[in-house]
Amino acid sequence: MSEKKTVVVAMSGGVDSSTTAALLVERGYAVIGIMMRLWSEGSGEGDERFAQNRCCSPEAVADARGVCQNLGIPFYLLNFEDDFKTHVVDFFLDGYARGITPNPCLQCNRLVKFGTLLDKARALGADYLATGHYARVRERDGKFLLHKGSDPKKDQSYALSVLTQTQLARALFPLGEFTKVETREMARRFGLRVSEKQDSQDLCFIADGNYRNFLRRNIPDALVPGDIVDARGNFLGRHAGLAFYTIGQREGLGIAVGKPLYVLALDHARNALVVGERDELGKRELIARDVNWIAGESPSPRGEMRVAAKIRYRATEVSAAVVPLGDARARVRFDEPLRDITPGQAVVFYADDECLGGGIIQAAV
Amino acid sequence: MNLRNIYLDHSATTPVDPRVLDAMLPYFTEHFGNASSLHRWGQNALRALDESRRSIAEILHCDPREIIFTSGGSESDNLALRGAALARRGKGNHIITTTLEHHAVLNTAAHLEKEFGFEVTRVPVNRRGLVNPDDIARAITPRTTMISVMYANNEVGTIEPIREIAKIAKKRDVIFHTDAVQAGGYLNLDVRELSVDLLSLGAHKFHGPKGIGVLYARAGAPLLPMQTGGSHERNRRAGTENIPYIVGIAAALKIAQSELEQTNARLLALREKLIEGVLERVAGAELTGDATNRLPGHSSFVIPGAIGDEMVLGLDIAGIAASTGSACTAGSLEPSHVLAAMGYAAGLARGALRLTLGRENTEVDVESAVGAVADVVRKLRGK
Repeated sequence: MSEKKTVVVAMSGGVDSSTTAALLVERGYAVIGIMMRLWSEGSGEGDERFAQNRCCSPEAVADARGVCQNLGIPFYLLNFEDDFKTHVVDFFLDGYARGITPNPCLQCNRLVKFGTLLDKARALGADYLATGHYARVRERDGKFLLHKGSDPKKDQSYALSVLTQTQLARALFPLGEFTKVETREMARRFGLRVSEKQDSQDLCFIADGNYRNFLRRNIPDALVPGDIVDARGNFLGRHAGLAFYTIGQREGLGIAVGKPLYVLALDHARNALVVGERDELGKRELIARDVNWIAGESPSPRGEMRVAAKIRYRATEVSAAVVPLGDARARVRFDEPLRDITPGQAVVFYADDECLGGGIIQAAV
Repeated sequence: MNLRNIYLDHSATTPVDPRVLDAMLPYFTEHFGNASSLHRWGQNALRALDESRRSIAEILHCDPREIIFTSGGSESDNLALRGAALARRGKGNHIITTTLEHHAVLNTAAHLEKEFGFEVTRVPVNRRGLVNPDDIARAITPRTTMISVMYANNEVGTIEPIREIAKIAKKRDVIFHTDAVQAGGYLNLDVRELSVDLLSLGAHKFHGPKGIGVLYARAGAPLLPMQTGGSHERNRRAGTENIPYIVGIAAALKIAQSELEQTNARLLALREKLIEGVLERVAGAELTGDATNRLPGHSSFVIPGAIGDEMVLGLDIAGIAASTGSACTAGSLEPSHVLAAMGYAAGLARGALRLTLGRENTEVDVESAVGAVADVVRKLRGK
């Protein structure tokens, strides 16, 4: 038996996961590349929508396999279709059908990548699961802490804020120490065929990148046109289905009243889209559910604590106070009103570079 | 990672026998001539070609002129089906095959159906993968020109009753083809005794090289060439003969068939041990295919609560080569068409595992494999 630690790298065929694999080989790990065949629309190879599915297109598989061949490590394509469909795609569609804006990436990290895939990797004898995420895991006093990635533009701790101690104990994010530019440089140094490949955007399972069309194809019954109203209930126009709108949205409302209007709320009970002027938009507080503290418990279980909070992956951090409410819920009060507190997205808490955890936004209050 | 390196995927392919390689090597450099050339270089190549053809014909109990060299089992199947079906187009347009054939047959039949207007009947098989010859007989119509049933199945190892089917075909004046690719190294290939018109072989399944195969085509059996050009292979398959590989398939077939009894006896004993071990150590495991009408080194299972690809991955990490079923469809999301044809529900069919033994395997290999399978399944079921 070899003393080498075995690590499974979740390969996507992109530059990040490929460089992750190359770095770990260089660092002396026994590396196994696994690509997850995820769910995609369409009937399979030959179907146009299938071919457009960028996360596991034949080209992506060929790239991932080619990288593993060059690194001299085994490569396996495993089928995660059912898991991904249930945990991520159905969750996404179900969320929109219920009038929220779900974040499927968090769900995928929690239940698929660091869920099923990690379980399988462990079952197959691996010590760790590595991904190309830009985040860092630090061990302190027997706890695994999550830190932002070194590259502020690429930091992905937001999408990893759902992970638990058991998951983080087995996670490796080697790219967390580098910037994207450095990753590409390393990819070139390793001679990886994917070093110049474009970053993937948007949601991997939506073939054309257009989530509205995706909803039209998959939950047509949930897309019921209704009224657009102002905060006092005055009729302003018609909307095409609440799932097509998001809080704070300005474009595409199709009503002209001489001043810019914003989406204030999706009133699911009345199937009404509530709009208003910019100054009506801000909310100072939210209630979060499914709150996960990275360290396993709230750093301040009884009282209020000060954090920097982010309400979307791309949002800027704002100062806030978090008050645990019990039952994995918390009240988050921001120092300044925020325009786009969106139920279904995550609110994530930071103390400087450390990601303390986060929760799912239940409602702005 | 504990690399034992036990190869248990002989139905996918086999290592070239060193004796075969030795026989081939001179024909790359020393005797490199073109068998169609008049000079001595050409004559040396032609001698090797003739001797190889004679050697194979002797094993098949046929005339050397009835042997066509091809690029492998798939090409042999393609040439047999398309060549015979199209040649007899004036007589009829109905082809009978089964639901558990290799894709080389199934997709060729489907192509004839789609592009050339043939009618194809795919006769179902039973839970053990056996075709009932009566079902074949019942499917024959006055328009039937061809029947194709495999000699032994690649995924589940079931040996089909091709002698009976051949008799039925003969009586009804229908061309009978058998895909004998999996059978080549293990079963009787006497075409007179089998009474077949067309028979496909591929060398790499019996310790010969990849990329070379044979189609036996009975003299007088109608066959249109699919590849035209020079007059090679009596105008049935154009292209300069691949002498080193032809020497290779002849040598491999001769070794396999002359050592057949000893090999089969050994493999059969090992196989029984393997099957017994897996069924005993893995709760819920079920043997797929027929327990007795089965290729000697072939074992295949469905294992509930485990997924084929993941077992293969786990076994690979443990140093053991296995497969889920057909190497030709590995990585595909579709559950095995063979298990589906045998009536296995998709859920159970996803737990397919195939372990196929070969000459170099030992009893120790079997013991290690059983242990590794039990271990991998336990871990994968773990959660």
